[in-house]
Amino acid sequence: MVVMVLFAISAGPTGSSDLIFLLRTAPALPPRLLIRRPVSRRSSADRPRPASHRSSSAGSARSSGSCCSSSSAPPPPRRRRFLAGGSDAGRAVATRRVLDMGAGENNPLGAQNAWDMLSEEQSQKHITTGSGDLNGILGGGIHCKEVTEIGGVPGVGKTQLGIQLAINVQIPVEYGGLGGKAVYIDTEGSFMVERVYQIAEGCISDILEHFPHSHEKSSSGNKQLQPEHFLADIYYFRICSYAEQIAAINYLEKFLGEHKDVELCIYTSQVRIVIIDSVTFHFRQDFDDLALRTRVLSELSLKLMKIAKAYNLAVVLLNQVTTKFTEGSFQLTLALGDSWSHSCTNRVILYWNGTERYAYLDKSPSLPVASAPYAVTGKGVRDVSSNHKRVRVT
Amino acid sequence: MANMPVSEMRLPPHLAHLLAARRLDTAKDVLSLPEVELMAVLDAGLPTARAAVAHVSEAACPPCQTALALLEERVRLGGGGRLATTLCGLDEALGGGIPVGKLTEVVGPSGIGKTQFCLKLALLGALPEYYGGLDGRVLYIDTESKFSSRRMIEIGQKSFPQVFRQEGLAQKMAGRILVTRPTSLTDFTKSLEQMKVTLLQHDVKLLIVDSMAALMSLENERATGFRQHPLRWTLSFLKSIAEFSRIPVVVTNQVRSQSNVDGYHFSFEVDKKDGNNCTGGFDSHLVAALGIQWAHAVTVRLVFESHSGHRFIKVAKSPMSPAVAFPFVVETSGVTLLSDEGIDVTGPEITSIRCQGKNVLAQ
Repeated sequence: MVVMVLFAISAGPTGSSDLIFLLRTAPALPPRLLIRRPVSRRSSADRPRPASHRSSSAGSARSSGSCCSSSSAPPPPRRRRFLAGGSDAGRAVATRRVLDMGAGENNPLGAQNAWDMLSEEQSQKHITTGSGDLNGILGGGIHCKEVTEIGGVPGVGKTQLGIQLAINVQIPVEYGGLGGKAVYIDTEGSFMVERVYQIAEGCISDILEHFPHSHEKSSSGNKQLQPEHFLADIYYFRICSYAEQIAAINYLEKFLGEHKDVELCIYTSQVRIVIIDSVTFHFRQDFDDLALRTRVLSELSLKLMKIAKAYNLAVVLLNQVTTKFTEGSFQLTLALGDSWSHSCTNRVILYWNGTERYAYLDKSPSLPVASAPYAVTGKGVRDVSSNHKRVRVT
Repeated sequence: MANMPVSEMRLPPHLAHLLAARRLDTAKDVLSLPEVELMAVLDAGLPTARAAVAHVSEAACPPCQTALALLEERVRLGGGGRLATTLCGLDEALGGGIPVGKLTEVVGPSGIGKTQFCLKLALLGALPEYYGGLDGRVLYIDTESKFSSRRMIEIGQKSFPQVFRQEGLAQKMAGRILVTRPTSLTDFTKSLEQMKVTLLQHDVKLLIVDSMAALMSLENERATGFRQHPLRWTLSFLKSIAEFSRIPVVVTNQVRSQSNVDGYHFSFEVDKKDGNNCTGGFDSHLVAALGIQWAHAVTVRLVFESHSGHRFIKVAKSPMSPAVAFPFVVETSGVTLLSDEGIDVTGPEITSIRCQGKNVLAQ
C-alpha cells in the first residue's frame, strides 16, 4: 500500500517550498482521499511565517516549526536526542493532522510533505526489542505508526518477544524509552503473568545497569521502576473467538481514545504499542469460507493500520507458520495466505539457525533484507552472548 | 461473548430493530461480515453500518484487565495454580508443575512412558491437597484403551505408601477418576460438549486426553481432508475448558516418522541448507503426529524421547521455562527422574523427537 516516496529539490537550501508534494498513501484514508495532485506551497511559504499566529492550522504549524528548528535540512543524527525530547508536541500535531484529513486550509488533501515526513521519521523513537542485533536489522527497533508482523515456528520465542515489547515500550523517557503503555490482545492463552513479571524485572535491572546514578534520583523515579508499575500499564484482553477478536479491534479505537494522554494533546494516546498474540489462532480454527476470511482479515488489517497511524503507535502481530507446497516440496511459510502477507508493513520471521535463534527481516519498505541472531534468556530477549557467537563459526 | 445475542446488547432501538429484522442475531453474525456486505444486508448507509459495528463490538469485546490485576488474582487464588508432578526437577523447570488453565501436551514415541506419566498425574489430581494433589475428580478420556486401574493403584502404593496404607483410600482415590472411552471422533466431540456440565457437576480438577492423535488417525482413514476441521474445533474447546474451569488439561500426542531429515524450512533458508543436507539423507526422524498447527496451539509441550541409552523428558515449549531435559526411568512407582539436574538443550534439538531405544530384534 505504501507508495514510494520520491522527492526532488529544485531550489537551494530554501527550496522546501518547491518540494514536490507527495503523499504517503495512508491506507487509512477513504478512497476518495487518495487522489493525488501536486500542490504548490509557494503561497503559504510567501506569507509571514510566525508559526504561533497560525497554530490553528495544524499542518503548516508543524511544517514551519520543524523546518525552522533544523534550518531546512533533515536533523543531523546528533540532534536527534534533542528532537526526540521535544517531539511529543510535534507528534501530537502530526497525529492531529491525520485525523483532520482534508480539513486544513492549506492542505486540502491532508497530504504531508516528504521533507516533513523525513524529519518526523527521524525524530521518532523506536521500541527496542532488547537485542541490539535485532534492533539493527529493524532500523532501531519496532517502529511506531507501522504494522509489524512477526512469525515463526512453535517455541521459537514469538510470545517472548511480544511480552518483551509490552515491557520495553514502558521504559521511561528519561532512560531513553517511550514511556508508553501497552495493549496485549491474547488469543492463544499463552500470556503467563509470572513470566511478564520476570521480564519486567530483567528490564529494570538492565536500566539500572545502564544508568547507575539513577538510584540517587528522586523517589518518584524509583517508583516508576517497579515491576508492578510495568504490569499495571499492560492492558490485557483475552480473546476466545474470531468474532471477539474483530470486536476487540473495532473497540480498540474507542479504548485508545479513552486512554489518551491528557498532558500532551488529546489525540496522542498513552498506549504506544498494540500486540496481538496471535492474529492467526481463531482464524485458523473455525473459518470454513476462506474467501470471507480473506475479506474479513484485510478489513482487520486496514483498521489496524489506521489505528497505528492515527494514534502514533506500533502494531505488532504475531503469526503462526504453516506448510505450503511450492516448487515440488513443502516449505514453511507464515499462515493466513498470500493476500494477508501484503497487509503488513514489515514482516519478521523467527527461525532456528543451527543452535541459535535468528530473526529474518522478510519485508520492509525502507530496510534491506537481513538476519540477526537473538537469544531468549531468563531476563527476556537479549543479544546472543559473544562467546556463543564464536562457536557458531563455519 | 461472540454468541451474545444482539437483543441483549442495549443498542439504540433503531439499530436493534434493523439487526433483528435481518436475522443478525449474534455478535458473530454481525462481525463476520465485511463492512460493505453489512451495508448490503442491512440495506442502509455506511454510517448506520459503522454505528452498528461499533456498538456491537463494544458489547462483544471481552473486558480489559491490567497485567497487574491478573497477577494479583493469581496470587489470591494461591501460588499461581500448578499441579505438581512430584518429579522435583521437572516441577522446578515448569515453575511448580503443570500449569492450571493451560493446555499441556505430552508427545513421544510409543512405549516410552506417556501413559505412565498420565496415570501418575491422574492419581495426583485425586489425592488430597495435603499430599500435594488437587483433591478433586479427574476426567480421563482414554481413546486407546490403555488405562489400567491396577497399574495406577500400583503406582500409588509405591509412590505414596503412607497414603495408601490407610483403609479404603485406594478405593476412594480410584473412585474419583472417571474414565471415558470414546470410540470415534463423533463420540469424543459429543462427550466434549457435555463436558462443561460434567466439569461443574462433578468438581473435576484435571482433564487428561490419552491420546488425541489416536482419534484423529481414526477419522483420517475415513475421510482424508476432513482432518483439520474437527481438530481445530477440539483444540479451541479444550483451551477454553482449561481456562474457564481453571484446571490443567493434559493431552498426549503420538509421533510419526518423516523421511525428510531437516523437516520443513522457510523458503529463504533453503539455499543454505542444500550444502550440508547430504549427510545421512536416508534417515527418517520423528515428528509429532498432529501437525504444526496443533504445536502452535499447545501452551506447554513435554517431549518424551530416548537417546544415548536413556529416556528423557524435555520441556520443548513453554512460555515460562527454558528448554531442559531430564533423564528418567519407568519403575513400579511410575515415571521417576534419575536426576533433578536438567540438561540444557539448545537449537533444533529442542523440538526434535529422538527414539533410539534398545532394539531386541537387532541382537
